Amino acid sequence: MTDNTKNRIYIFKGFERFWHWAQAALIMGMAVTGFEIHGTYALIGFKAAVFWHGTLAWTLIILWIFAIFWHLTTGEWRHYIPTTDKLISVAMFYGYGIFKGEPHPYKPTLLRKHNPLQLLAYLGFKLFMAPLIWVSGILYLYINEWTAWNLGWLDWLGLEIIAPVHVAAAFFLIIFLVGHVYMTTMGHTFFAHIKAMITGWEEHS
Amino acid sequence: MPRPVWKIRKPSLLFPVILALCVLSWSGTTVLASSTTVHEKLEGLAGPFTTGPQVTKACLECHTEASKQVHQTKHWTWSFTNPDTGQELGKKNVINNFCISTVSNTETCASCHVGYGMKDDSFDFSSEENVDCLVCHDTTGTYDKKRLMDGKSLNLKKIAQNVGPTSRETCGTCHFKGGGGKAVKHGDLDPGMVSPDGFVDVHMDADGLNFGCSTCHSTDAHMITGSRYQPLASDHSGIDIPGKTDGTLASCTSCHGDRPMKDEKLNDHTDKIACQTCHIPLFARGDYATKTWWDWSTAGQMDDDGKPFVRLDHNGLEVYNSKKGDFDWQRDVVPTYRWFNGKVDYTLPADTIDPDQIVSINTINGSADDPDSKIWPFKVMRGKQPYDTENRTFAIPHTTGEDGYWKTFDWQEALRKGMAAADIPYSGNYGFVETEMSWPLAHMVAPATEALTCEECHSSDGRMAGIEGVYIPGRDSLDWLDMLGFGLLGLTGAGVGIHGLLRFIFRRKTIAASKGE
Repeated sequence: MTDNTKNRIYIFKGFERFWHWAQAALIMGMAVTGFEIHGTYALIGFKAAVFWHGTLAWTLIILWIFAIFWHLTTGEWRHYIPTTDKLISVAMFYGYGIFKGEPHPYKPTLLRKHNPLQLLAYLGFKLFMAPLIWVSGILYLYINEWTAWNLGWLDWLGLEIIAPVHVAAAFFLIIFLVGHVYMTTMGHTFFAHIKAMITGWEEHS
Repeated sequence: MPRPVWKIRKPSLLFPVILALCVLSWSGTTVLASSTTVHEKLEGLAGPFTTGPQVTKACLECHTEASKQVHQTKHWTWSFTNPDTGQELGKKNVINNFCISTVSNTETCASCHVGYGMKDDSFDFSSEENVDCLVCHDTTGTYDKKRLMDGKSLNLKKIAQNVGPTSRETCGTCHFKGGGGKAVKHGDLDPGMVSPDGFVDVHMDADGLNFGCSTCHSTDAHMITGSRYQPLASDHSGIDIPGKTDGTLASCTSCHGDRPMKDEKLNDHTDKIACQTCHIPLFARGDYATKTWWDWSTAGQMDDDGKPFVRLDHNGLEVYNSKKGDFDWQRDVVPTYRWFNGKVDYTLPADTIDPDQIVSINTINGSADDPDSKIWPFKVMRGKQPYDTENRTFAIPHTTGEDGYWKTFDWQEALRKGMAAADIPYSGNYGFVETEMSWPLAHMVAPATEALTCEECHSSDGRMAGIEGVYIPGRDSLDWLDMLGFGLLGLTGAGVGIHGLLRFIFRRKTIAASKGE
């Protein structure tokens, strides 16, 4: 949907926005509780942290099942096909042009809502970080079930390996989060991107 | 806070009990004893009895096999060959770091032998009439073995006519006073357990479940299950079902199974952690302190009058005794945790020791990789005791009797006599070596509300600090990974900070550019 009079496009659908913000809240909740389990600090207590970490994890898994279904059925997954088109110029803009007040070299469209650099970051999130944290997390949670699940051959890994892998994946995620949140401020106005993610309408400057 | 279960139980039982009593009295029925024999009616028990063996003879008239059964038990033989290690154990053979050894002190130590007249190694272990039935089967509470040994009068007829099953009281006569005094030895057994409340022991709670010792330490032919020499550290057989399992109830698993909790994540712990570890959060949880340190090396000091003396602390606990040396006592003690597979190696009196180390009197075996090992709580008793500096063996003192150290205060003579009795060479040179002895804890099981919280172990300086071979979330981490992770997070933060700062500095250009657009 485009609204030429106001020079804006409806880029983020209702489900997509719900998915994004729910996922953001769940991931932040899991980071807070996860690093408490890791022993980084004491906030709500170990038992509560374990309870909430698990509860949020299952909620996020259900959300992801819906999100994957949505991406597949709506064809939205195509937004994540990687491209090198304008990749360099976008990188140049963030590294240099932005300080000179140059306009963003990429304009989102209904077929390509993410700029090529952003797209690569999200693809990395979906294909690398998410599987790493889910697989390690499920193995961590069900460490006692490995034998019953015919995963006894993984015993050599043990919690000694699985837990640090899960922690490493968590570091990737929170580092991604910091970069991601900062990048949202680099629209044509400080809050433009965040506004688009809330309303769904991307305004062009 | 939920109200503890054992408190709710009292009023809830009251009504049905009163109702039952009313119904019974109204209908005129009488409550029968569970036993099929009222011993008072037996002519053989009419007496008169002047000695213990006379009573035993009378018991054997009906219970023809009883003494033969008792003869097979450690309670009688004071000897046990560990089939796994081949070590000759039992009270006759092992030493500890309390009173050290029974060898030359048998007459005194035998106040806790289930027989009459054990004075030295000439005791006739085949004598049936010398089995002491009453010390375990008295129900009157008036049986006193020491009075009997001292030739003082006891109403043996009344005691014999009222025999019954063992009780917390009869077992406790010895086991609650192990080490020569109340609560001294075990740390998880004290005289308060004759009638404990639910806080001290959730199962033995006199107003609650009211378990006796033999409820768990199930017996067959006088053989009592639940050995300290060869404990079952991991019971893999689950809830005991007659005919299917070994039928012994001396493990938590025997009744509770191996996944008894509502929280499945808690149940996941039971493959590696003994129930006791969380459910016996402290030892000496009752009204009595337990001895944790006994330093024999300071024994023998005399007061200004040249007489032996005793010094008490503000709680009235003996902290020095000229006969025995210095003591420490503790209550509500955090246990020591170790991997344990049930295999215990004893350092026996003839074994060579390394006096430069703290000598383990009993070495607890187990490891994280061993499927029979679990993390168990222990009371670790420490102290200093005599050893032969030349032969590098423990030195056994003769302490009791007129010629024992407690009368003579002469180490050299005491050790000569003790070692001669033990038939171990003694060089004549002695010193004192620091020792430790580990006592697995299995009693004074607390109610669930008192069990350990997660943080007690899942933290860097928690109770599992000394446990190796297992990754404990909250305790363990890879330092390099944390440094790298938080380092990169910090760098990312700094990066966006600098980027943002530059954007702020160059904002005029940005505004100008956008205006110019």
